[in-house]
Amino acid sequence: MAAVESGTCEGPAGMSAVKRLSHAAPLALRILAECPVSKARACVLTLPHGPVNTPVFMPVGTQGTMKGITVEQLEELGCQICLGNTYHLGMRPGPELIEKASGLHGFMNWRRNLLTDSGGFQMVSLVELSEVTEEGVMFRSPYDGKEILLTPEQSITIQNSLGSDIMMQLDDVVSSTVTGPRVEEAMHRSVRWLDRCIAANKNPDRQNLFAIIQGGLNADLRKACLDEMTKRDVPGFAVGGLSGGEEKDDFWKMVTLSTDHLPRGKPRYLMGVGYAVDLVVCVALGCDMFDCVFPTRTARFGSALVPWGSLQIKQKQYAKDFQPIDPDCQCATCKRHSRAYLHALFKSDTAAMHHITIHNISYQVLTKLISRIFSCFSLYRCFYCSCCLYFLL
Amino acid sequence: MKLELSKVVQGCRLGLLTAIEQTAQHSLDVPGCLLFTHCATVPHLTQDTLHTLSNLPAVTQVTLNCLAEHHEVLEEFKEGVRKFAGLHDTALYCSLHDSATTNPAGHITNKTVSVWGSGGRMELTVAKFMALQAAIKPDFYQSMADGETWQANTSRKRVRKAVDRTLAHLDECLILHQKTQELKQAKIFGVVEGGDILEERVRSARETAKRPVAGFVLDGFQSAAMEQDLRSQLITAVTAELPQEKPRLLQGVGRPDEVIACVEVGVDLFEGFFPFQVTERGCALCFDCTVTTDPETAVLESNEERPVVEEPKENGDSCPENMTRFEMNLNDKRYREDLRPLVEGCSCYCCKNHTRAYIHHLLVTNELLAGVLLMLHNTAHYLRFFRALREALANDRLQDFKRRVLQ
Repeated sequence: MAAVESGTCEGPAGMSAVKRLSHAAPLALRILAECPVSKARACVLTLPHGPVNTPVFMPVGTQGTMKGITVEQLEELGCQICLGNTYHLGMRPGPELIEKASGLHGFMNWRRNLLTDSGGFQMVSLVELSEVTEEGVMFRSPYDGKEILLTPEQSITIQNSLGSDIMMQLDDVVSSTVTGPRVEEAMHRSVRWLDRCIAANKNPDRQNLFAIIQGGLNADLRKACLDEMTKRDVPGFAVGGLSGGEEKDDFWKMVTLSTDHLPRGKPRYLMGVGYAVDLVVCVALGCDMFDCVFPTRTARFGSALVPWGSLQIKQKQYAKDFQPIDPDCQCATCKRHSRAYLHALFKSDTAAMHHITIHNISYQVLTKLISRIFSCFSLYRCFYCSCCLYFLL
Repeated sequence: MKLELSKVVQGCRLGLLTAIEQTAQHSLDVPGCLLFTHCATVPHLTQDTLHTLSNLPAVTQVTLNCLAEHHEVLEEFKEGVRKFAGLHDTALYCSLHDSATTNPAGHITNKTVSVWGSGGRMELTVAKFMALQAAIKPDFYQSMADGETWQANTSRKRVRKAVDRTLAHLDECLILHQKTQELKQAKIFGVVEGGDILEERVRSARETAKRPVAGFVLDGFQSAAMEQDLRSQLITAVTAELPQEKPRLLQGVGRPDEVIACVEVGVDLFEGFFPFQVTERGCALCFDCTVTTDPETAVLESNEERPVVEEPKENGDSCPENMTRFEMNLNDKRYREDLRPLVEGCSCYCCKNHTRAYIHHLLVTNELLAGVLLMLHNTAHYLRFFRALREALANDRLQDFKRRVLQ
């Protein structure tokens, strides 16, 4: 393991005590257990708006709302951190209003943690890209057609106004299917933009800035990026530029390479992942934090996630199926409603979507996946064994 | 089912509808409204969000418009809609149509009525209608009726036919009701039709009252179809023919001013679709529905904290269609930076936790949460209106209350 780890001390039973990072960073990572076989670890990440148990799946509340779910329901689902989207919120309603409303926490009335991304990804995926220069990303606003330049400084300024607990640097995002010199250019630029983001952060005492490791599917570029970025004193690292259509074999190699070279005492956030199987594997590869729109988005299409796959509730086969989505699930939807009722409700009211959203968030965040493995994990101190147990049972 | 009237003042009836089901656990305040649903779900709400509201009406309404297409499923399920939907502890009323939507006219026949589900039109005979009720298992339901007299210039002949058909359907329903095991505990309400023709209204009321029904549904008075003056006149004539001790449920009327006017002519119960309509146009109810106990304290109370009425009349942007003067339009740019709750002093989840600016943002960005929060507020406000109306009646403050609501 590389990296500068200051103030490490060994506590009883081989567990590390609380590691404080740089004096200003409002983040603490306490490692509760580490798997002797895999690279998995269970931690408590303490942030300004409370503790977060890792591994953690963070649902995405793009426009300052979790798609039809109230913040009270989200809290009751056990969610300790969720995402807001800088690009969308920066457009509507804009950072000035949100700042006036006491930040994104105040605006949407969410009292736990928030992570905001930089806006970079949307510019690749959503918007007609005009140009990427050293200065920033120039793009065309979808609302009034005007050209807007998003610089690292501006991204951080917006995120400072949003007041999120974790902010992401603006990175030069390149799809993982792109090859050639563009990938290297983007990697080096991301390092330079990281430095500009660090310099621009007005609130280092209450907002954590995470770096994003780039380098595409090129091991050398990834390693170079890791070497450079880990020299910067940031409270956490994200692995970026993956989960974008690359081959699974390449994907996993890059993930494990990244966690090999990231400091043990800082959280590792794998962006845009994802599907249940990927989550389990990437926990084993040493990742702590995940986000993905998939569970909430697929819910609105009537797709309910279960350990054995997914149920397309709108399909005819569920019209007379009087059991709940998952008989073992403890979420509000499964405790009260059957597949048949939800199937019927999809023809009349939006509440059907909310029921599935609640179930899917429960599945990803709490009930089935991470938490059940996690509880085996705490017991057996071995993630690998817990996974075996979990999938066998 | 029993209607216990505690007071009748200037034509307004105040009381309690009890023994709605066999187990006699639920009672509904009169005048009051029912809980409006789509397929047994209050629009936009899960049970968790619904129960942030207190003092929900004891009766939940479902409609055949929504449920008819699920007949087969309900028959196989065998335990009725309440259980099928995972509903909370509530009584159930089943109506034919959904007053929040206008169904196309012209499909009704001597023997059938039509309902419109997600798959299109379904034709119901009395037999099918009653089979549906058996599968749904409501606590009370309206008999099958021809209410298609709401269009302008419906001929006298057509209105008479509607009355005749409805009576014939009622008689058939009553016979089948007796024979249906699943409906042993349920009650039938007869439906009074008659369009806008006084003689037909009286005839329908008189004839329906002769049948052994538990209560009366007043149909064909939909808000869009009729001016309140005419409606009041007709309802006065109708209620004169109806027994005092049986409840009167008016369908299709929900606007606060019309509700008050109809209570004044003897209506007991209303459907609860109005808050839903307000929600769907991105608006929030904000009219004053406070009650003062006497003239002197009215002056003192005016200095205290209570729901503040927003000036609803002038709205900068174009108003949503059908917007009334009882609501504010959250789509309007003026709310973009307004960090106050929808209605000051309102204790609903939305007003306790969120701001006008946030709701405006949710509407602008087409977010689903807008519907959830507005539905919660609008339902809370509407229920508060009915509570206040009852209080005003109990304390002889109706005129003052009316003035506040209508200002």
